[in-house]
Amino acid sequence: MSISRRRLLGTGGGLVLAGATATGCGSNTGRGGDGKGGKPVLSQWYHQYGEPGTEQAVKRYADAFDDARVEVQWRPGNYDQQTAAALLTKSGPDVFEVNGPTLDQIQGGQVVDLTDLLKEAKDDINPAVLAPKTYEGKIWAIPQVVDMQLLYYRRSMLEDAGVEPPRTLDALVDAAKKLTTKNVKGLFLGNDGGPGVLGGTPLNAAGLELVTDDGKVGFDDPAAARALGKLHQLYAEKSLLLGAPSDWSDPAAFTQGLTAMQWSGLWALPQVKTALGDDFGVLPFPQEGAQGKPAVPVGAYGAAVSARSEHKELAKAFVKWLWVEKTEYQEDFALTYGFHIPARISLAQKAAKLRQGAAGEAVRFATEHGHAEPLLWTPASKVAYQDALSRVIKGGANPESELRTVVRKTAAELRRVQNAQKKS
Amino acid sequence: MPGRSRERRNRTLWFWIFVGPFVLGLTLFTYVPLAWSAYLSFFDAHNTVSPTRFVGLDNYTAMLRDDAFTGSLVTFLVFTAFIVPATYVLSLSLALMVNRLPRAQAFFRSVFFLPVACSYVVAALIWKMSIFNGVRFGLANTVLGWFGADQIAWLSTTDPPWYWLVIVTVRLWLQAGFYMVLFLAGLQRISPRLYEAAAVDGARPGWEVFRHITLPQLRATSVAVVLLLVVNAFQAFDEFYNLLADSRGYPPYARPPLVYLYYTALGQGQDLGLGSAGAVILALIIAVVTVVQARWFGLGRKED
Repeated sequence: MSISRRRLLGTGGGLVLAGATATGCGSNTGRGGDGKGGKPVLSQWYHQYGEPGTEQAVKRYADAFDDARVEVQWRPGNYDQQTAAALLTKSGPDVFEVNGPTLDQIQGGQVVDLTDLLKEAKDDINPAVLAPKTYEGKIWAIPQVVDMQLLYYRRSMLEDAGVEPPRTLDALVDAAKKLTTKNVKGLFLGNDGGPGVLGGTPLNAAGLELVTDDGKVGFDDPAAARALGKLHQLYAEKSLLLGAPSDWSDPAAFTQGLTAMQWSGLWALPQVKTALGDDFGVLPFPQEGAQGKPAVPVGAYGAAVSARSEHKELAKAFVKWLWVEKTEYQEDFALTYGFHIPARISLAQKAAKLRQGAAGEAVRFATEHGHAEPLLWTPASKVAYQDALSRVIKGGANPESELRTVVRKTAAELRRVQNAQKKS
Repeated sequence: MPGRSRERRNRTLWFWIFVGPFVLGLTLFTYVPLAWSAYLSFFDAHNTVSPTRFVGLDNYTAMLRDDAFTGSLVTFLVFTAFIVPATYVLSLSLALMVNRLPRAQAFFRSVFFLPVACSYVVAALIWKMSIFNGVRFGLANTVLGWFGADQIAWLSTTDPPWYWLVIVTVRLWLQAGFYMVLFLAGLQRISPRLYEAAAVDGARPGWEVFRHITLPQLRATSVAVVLLLVVNAFQAFDEFYNLLADSRGYPPYARPPLVYLYYTALGQGQDLGLGSAGAVILALIIAVVTVVQARWFGLGRKED
């Protein structure tokens, strides 16, 4: 034997190594210099939209862009976490939609200033959703579509129980109790009992803010504790549906008759309509106390450009082209597949689909009572608040002392981000 | 002696060819991240892995003062207190029963071992959505309905804390089979002569023999099982996350340390400095617990 086993293995090892290097170079990261036809390649990320057709639509838009080859990545799973991690490296996207960007992402220089993209169109963007994308007068993402949440109620069930659609939080608590029977619960606020989805909405309904315009804690007020205490009543009286197979974002619990009222998104409207016809109505979160006003949460995914992109100018040009100039695509994206309100006011007013019935009311709620989560409401404050809310609702904890802790933590967080602002 | 030195060189070469990839992998994927995490824990590292602002021990004091973090350590203790004895007793009983089967032993061994092959994620989702969902058509609630009891929202009820039932049973189902196999191996190593001698000495079969022969003979296996169970409980993440998290976060109860740190460091928060400090604290606790446990049980001491 002239070829020893060792030598054979050695050669094999070499081959394996060579193979590994080759794959390393060949792996498609969606970027790199030139694509087909000498055009640069941009990678664009979307979170997975549930509605069929959306993915094909965004790919169609991307293909129509002339100056670059845009590769769309459709990302299922925990999108916020994926983008947060990807932004730390160079292999992330050039353009991405983001439920933010967060203040830390802006302060950390992870996203690019997009202010000049909206030079002309700024006044045509819904101001409620543009505000959280604005920091120190600069705009960090272009709102794509406006989403909102609202209360759905089953007309027939309310009539049978002799209950009027609730206009105050007290009325909501009473209604939920009266509507609860052995097999049907009065109200569904998510399987956790509400803290996740409600967020600051009950505080808004009590006339308060999470963070005031001048950057202070906005709920250091006895009215806040009163509002949260009433939510506990819903839980204590067993009026809340808990542990449903699908969560609040899906209207299934409502359409299957597990609950008489459900808090869900505007996106659920077409499904509710198909299942129940006219047997439903929509309401904002009812007002609480004399100072209060009805409230609905609004928010927008925005298109942002990664600061680690190798083609920042081109990426900005693409965002401007798609989310500022191409209004026909924006309209198609908002209204053809799912059910969203276009971020452009002119488009929202034009849309026939958004004028009649429940949809028309929803749009009115969003314009009159819409509250977006403030940019300064950082994840740390949010976790502290959500924890407290959960303890109040489910554990029956004292809302005043729980809120005191949250106020303290939020104030510390606000100090931290305001100090970071000075340094940068 | 050129030949010998060449041989030695060859040996070194082959040593590195075989060991190298593993050392490289271990360094790259374990030691570097570990060291980096320790480094990050001394910095203000919001949304960055190359931070510039040194903060000393601030992250550590913040973490130790954070009642959510200390609460998560309590959660871990409670979980361990449930899961370790429960798995121990269940897997030992299964092993004793299977070991005494006159036939079809291999069949039952496989049946009980099968759940080990199931993923935590899949099992957690089945537990959450079909067995323990909160509405009237969930399996557990259907059974309750036969007896006329009210339906229970298993994962959302905090008083009484029904969610522990769900969390503990899913892990119990998943891991009992594995430890049963360990116990079976231990049981089969016990010499039959010991039982014969015990019978001659008048020990009654059943509890007495079990207490004085079987259990002492299983000492080494028991120590290993308990150690593994505690370490596994420390690493609890999958079933907690899949049972209790939703798109808006995680409830403030039944939140073990890893889940809490995951949200701190890798959620939208991306506070990598604070998260790393928590991870280092956790690693130290695990190290201390393991050493103390090993000392206490006399792990690695020669069997007599």
